[in-house]
Amino acid sequence: MNSTQAGTAPIVLMEGVRKAFRGQDVLRGVDLEVAAGETYTILGGSGSGKSVCLKHMIGLLEADAGTIRVDGRDVTHLSESAWVPVRHDFGMVFQGAALFDSLSILENVAYPLREHRRWPEDRVRARVAECLEAVGLAGIEAMLPAELSGGMRKRVGVARAIALEPRIILYDEPTTGLDPANSRRIGVLIRSLQQRLGVTSLVVTHDLELCFAVSDRIGLLRDGRIAVEGDGQAIRESTDPAMQSFLGGDEPLPAATAG
Amino acid sequence: MTSAPVPVGLVVRLGDRILAALEGVGAFLLLATDCVRAAFARRFPFAETLLQFELLAVRSAPIVLLASTFTGMVLSLQTAFALSRFGAKPYVGSIVGLAIVRELGPVLAALMVAGRVGAGIASEIGSMRVTEQVDAIRAMGADPVQKLVLPRVIALTLGLPLLTLSAILLGVAGGMLVADLQFGISASFYLQTVTTTVTLSDLFAGVAKTFVFGWAVAMVGCYVGLGTEGGTAGVGRATTRAVVIASVFVLVSDYFLTRAIMLLPGDAWFAAMQRLFS
Repeated sequence: MNSTQAGTAPIVLMEGVRKAFRGQDVLRGVDLEVAAGETYTILGGSGSGKSVCLKHMIGLLEADAGTIRVDGRDVTHLSESAWVPVRHDFGMVFQGAALFDSLSILENVAYPLREHRRWPEDRVRARVAECLEAVGLAGIEAMLPAELSGGMRKRVGVARAIALEPRIILYDEPTTGLDPANSRRIGVLIRSLQQRLGVTSLVVTHDLELCFAVSDRIGLLRDGRIAVEGDGQAIRESTDPAMQSFLGGDEPLPAATAG
Repeated sequence: MTSAPVPVGLVVRLGDRILAALEGVGAFLLLATDCVRAAFARRFPFAETLLQFELLAVRSAPIVLLASTFTGMVLSLQTAFALSRFGAKPYVGSIVGLAIVRELGPVLAALMVAGRVGAGIASEIGSMRVTEQVDAIRAMGADPVQKLVLPRVIALTLGLPLLTLSAILLGVAGGMLVADLQFGISASFYLQTVTTTVTLSDLFAGVAKTFVFGWAVAMVGCYVGLGTEGGTAGVGRATTRAVVIASVFVLVSDYFLTRAIMLLPGDAWFAAMQRLFS
């Protein structure tokens, strides 16, 4: 399965998206489509523009050229207020979790609910408890973000992202800075959310283990374009020089100790 | 080919600087309009505005009042010392009162707040910016201007005039203390000279400009904070920049605001104030 399932329109589509910062090209024509319900991973080295790519899908950045469609709707140049209803469909997990330092975990997870739902307090609390349980952190509502470990903060970030039951979840470097056990836990979480809630997931990472563990399809971002695309097997077996150099690095690491 | 390339480079660089500055002013004004728009959007952030009023205004009171008390004291000391050379010591209350009510109270309060609050706002919002918390607010379909900028701007626009009023009171009182203890001018005489010299329109001229100062300090802090780039080092730079810009704004706009208020038909304002207080 190297392409999206026939008959289903892509839920997220990028065509020829370009973006430059201070005259420096970061995206030079990114084309990708993501089908509803699949987990698509954008793989790439540091500074390859994969987070930039993700932020275009939710309107945190505006493309210089090209088209972005969400559910068939052209969202490329929406105004900030027109983005608001589109963003209801999205949950985003930020690289550093981006929890609000001054708010308790309860208020952090409840933030999107208080913004968009006029629910009574007990319903909000029930939903927050549900989301925290889904990420394996039941009962930490009263704590502050500073009291949590990096891995726990990321999982709270996931809980906050799923609070409004989004159809699409964007994960920006979900395992960066985490130890292997926590990284694996995040991978399992991404998979289980996809299976249980049927969400479409877009993951940006340079973590190969995570990438192969969660992805239905993978795109390698290199030199501002999706250079190689395919499922896990195809990517692993790819002989494309871009893929080879990403997997192997351009130069071998020197040996740590000389015997 | 032989024409000197140096002046050309200089002109280009100067042009770039000017363009960047104009761009900054434009972006600042856009943020200011967004802020006005956010004030009339649904779900006004009452609770956050109250919280910011406490954090930005109420908690600035100790430092502002300390500064104004000692300024009143030293001003009284210097004035009485100078006036006694030509036997005009009884005028101390008039001079200290006018100086503090019209100028020193408002500007000192604004400068202290520009330092304390301008830095606080810029570093807090700057940290939120570099840790993607501002993006998170947007990603959740909320408006950072309504959530972050509006509460701070309203809290300080209303809070600084109140701080200024108390600064004026304590400044005059500090002056009174020194006049009485050091120069034997009785407190009742001092107060009498203050109240006969300083009018309501003087008080208005002093306090009115602090609405603008309060607005400017909060807006500059938010604007600089939201524009923060480059991690924690960027937050440090933003904090310094906010304090410098806010202080310069206070000092420069003070002259023009004072001039503008003097040009106003004084009687009309005086009548308006009297209606307000009667």
